[in-house]
Amino acid sequence: MGAHHHGPAKGLSRWLFTTNHKDIGTMYLWFSFAMFILGGAFAMIIRAELFQPGMQLVEPAFFNQMTTLHGLVMVFGAIMPSFVGLANWMIPMMIGAPDMALPRMNNWSFWILPPAFLILASTLFMEGGAPNFGWTFYAPLSTTYAPPSVTYFIFSIHVLGLSSIMGSINIIATVMNMRAPGMTYMKMPLFVWTWLITAFLLVAVMPVLAGAVTMMLMDIHFGTSFFSAAGGGDPVLFQHIFWFFGHPEVYIIILPAFGVVSQIIPAFSRKPLFGYDSMVYATASIAFLSFVVWAHHMYTVGMPVAGELFFMYATMLIAVPTGVKVFNWVTTMWRGAMTFETPMLFCMGFLVLFTIGGFTGLMLSIAPADFQYHDSYFVVAHFHYVMVAGAVFSMSAAVYYWLPKWCGRMYNETMGKTHFWISFIGFNITFFPQHFVGLAGMPRRIPDYALQFADFNMLSSIGAFIYGASQILFLYNVIATIVAGKPTSDEKTWDGAEGLEWTVATPAPYHTFETPPQVK
Amino acid sequence: MLLKANRLVKLALGSVLTLLGLASAAVLAAESKVNQVNMSPGVTEVGQNIYDLHMLIFWICVIIGALVFGVMFYSIYYHRKSRGVTPSTFHESTKVEIAWTVVPFLILIGMAVPATSTLLEIYDFDDAEMDILVTGYQWKWKYEYLNEDGENVSFFSNLRTPQTEIYNSEAKGEHYLLEVDEPVVIPVDTKVRFLVTANDVIHSWWVPELAVKKDAIPGFINETWTKASVEGIYRGQCAELCGKDHGFMPVVVNVVSKEEYAGWMEAKKAEAAEIRELMAQTFTLDELMTRGKAVYERNCLACHGANGEGGVGTAIAGSAVATGDVSGHLEIGINGVPGSAMQAFGGQINDVEMAAVITYQRNAFGNNMGDMIQPIDVYNHKRG
Repeated sequence: MGAHHHGPAKGLSRWLFTTNHKDIGTMYLWFSFAMFILGGAFAMIIRAELFQPGMQLVEPAFFNQMTTLHGLVMVFGAIMPSFVGLANWMIPMMIGAPDMALPRMNNWSFWILPPAFLILASTLFMEGGAPNFGWTFYAPLSTTYAPPSVTYFIFSIHVLGLSSIMGSINIIATVMNMRAPGMTYMKMPLFVWTWLITAFLLVAVMPVLAGAVTMMLMDIHFGTSFFSAAGGGDPVLFQHIFWFFGHPEVYIIILPAFGVVSQIIPAFSRKPLFGYDSMVYATASIAFLSFVVWAHHMYTVGMPVAGELFFMYATMLIAVPTGVKVFNWVTTMWRGAMTFETPMLFCMGFLVLFTIGGFTGLMLSIAPADFQYHDSYFVVAHFHYVMVAGAVFSMSAAVYYWLPKWCGRMYNETMGKTHFWISFIGFNITFFPQHFVGLAGMPRRIPDYALQFADFNMLSSIGAFIYGASQILFLYNVIATIVAGKPTSDEKTWDGAEGLEWTVATPAPYHTFETPPQVK
Repeated sequence: MLLKANRLVKLALGSVLTLLGLASAAVLAAESKVNQVNMSPGVTEVGQNIYDLHMLIFWICVIIGALVFGVMFYSIYYHRKSRGVTPSTFHESTKVEIAWTVVPFLILIGMAVPATSTLLEIYDFDDAEMDILVTGYQWKWKYEYLNEDGENVSFFSNLRTPQTEIYNSEAKGEHYLLEVDEPVVIPVDTKVRFLVTANDVIHSWWVPELAVKKDAIPGFINETWTKASVEGIYRGQCAELCGKDHGFMPVVVNVVSKEEYAGWMEAKKAEAAEIRELMAQTFTLDELMTRGKAVYERNCLACHGANGEGGVGTAIAGSAVATGDVSGHLEIGINGVPGSAMQAFGGQINDVEMAAVITYQRNAFGNNMGDMIQPIDVYNHKRG
């Protein structure tokens, strides 16, 4: 390779063959936003059907396809790839590396994603319809009783897993090998730390998911009985395997969000992050605990009481490191000099709503009480508080925070703040009443409900439409910024921001840190 | 400094009071079913204990939340740049960090103690006075009373809400989607053990006011119990996604006095004896058609359509099975089609019902086969 500097190639081949971490990051981000809109459209269909009691718009069979695809697309298509995109853009710039360690694999891990989702989405048009067994796809509903499209679903999950594993290996290799001189582990920005730990989680659990779907495939097509009691198998085994993947998965989604918030709150408080070391240890403890709490999703399957007690105590313990994080963020703000631009607003929203989601999580960890909460709308409210107000809010914060660095243009602050407030209000109107109907006895994943739940469901649907609409404003604001935002060339967009990414030119040049910076 | 502390106290107090107000509104509203916002303690001791546990943790969360958000909003108000403050630079304090690791840990232990004792109580299956086998089917429940005299009584419990209410062509009744054709009946003040299993996919048997939720898993038998202290009708639903009509398989439990229960059980046993007698009878075509129509609507309509036009299931109108050989038709009705959604109804409906519904399918929807199946034919087919 010559030492010549080159910019991006022209046309479609730039994107198809690129090995540049910024291009790949951009593609991940746009792809995940497209999936966010698709998964959101499914959610709108769900909420429209639930607007009133009775069946109005769709049939129960289609409703189940919508809840299933909404979950799968949001988890695997929107949230996870969005954070991978952020990692691609930011990790090399944060640790002073010229690119990711394995750039060709980086290209590959992105480009297998769109076909995987094309396959998944195409099941909607297949005989028997799309997967309809929920994103948790419990056997035997997802094996013996599944529509024929389940095979395509399994293939799609395999490909998604492959993409995640390659992405994670890349992040681990980059962080371990390509840090600038002087950038010791305990000097890394917290976003890098949370992603490093997340990547290890991914490498550990994605193969478990692949195992689960492979066993399904064998049960469906090759006559095995892993999950069928009639052949000596066990349907509960499926749940153990699924949640051994599924619970760490929850932290795979939320840890990078913690990282984002830990970058942004200090910037707008103009004060260093409180308790950096304990943040790192808390993240590692959460990751470790996430491997030993899976069966708290299964308190009602009939485990022996000793098992219930173990999983209850272990789950309750997670409240300790999570609490440490919340306390650290609040203390970072304490006696700072705060301003409230859009990224900070989204972080404040995250802090309040994620904490509420944490509280309901603590309530859910109590096994006897969970016998009442389990599989009710209380659970739906809980995980949307952590997934939407946690992951999606922090992702919005990240986009507003780094967008000027990415494209050299400033977004419209008024529109950003409007986006925040509409999101915040719409989100709470949607999900707060779901705590009530859940406690009152409304099961999740039902297309129609008893009359006493009608008012809160209507409110919830109205909130969902508001929240959905606010995302269109977000899209508009981002496009308007890229196309016609006020140009800025300040290296530091935010006066309180710290980190190597704010030492490069704005907009960030195609290649950064070709000569490593010296970190003191 | 003192002024600031005062303000902080006021601020914290304000937010606590607001939350208190919200919560007390919640408690009041809990008395009425419509727009209920909180868990119901229900009518069992276990339910009351769960409710107390739920409220205990709720209040602990409210207090911690008030403190954390209090500090946060205090900061947001007083430590903002527009007030001309200079940011401090502190970024760690070992003492504080140890404190907020240890204190929450101790609070958790405080929660774990009552949680453990309630859990152990729930897992105490001893001294059950009667057993009922609950089996989940797509999409109905079967109840079998395992009586000590060996004379078991069993029946299916189907959704009673008509399709016309679900599809909005008729006004919805008071217990829309929470009503069944035959509720499970249990005596008051009696420890009833439920053995829970499923025939096809996983279901979950949930009655909030009896504080019971247990997964029904094919091939496994789970146990749970309840002891209701107040007579009444308690309604619940299947809680685990089990396919198309997951939202349409309610649970209704009728808790009655011990005397009433004894009378009901006698009547059920007599009814079973009557059906045994009916089995030996020969019916006319009209009788079979009337009975068959009712059986069809309860068991077949959801998949095969009101006019046999099909849906999830194949069409019956003009189908090769319904217009073909009688024994082939009986075979599918009794043993189902393995690996498909067509269940084996041989164990779900009695021979009279089976004879009637097969006759009905062969003569309704323009099939007009003109043949009749008698209970004895069903019996013989089962015998092979």
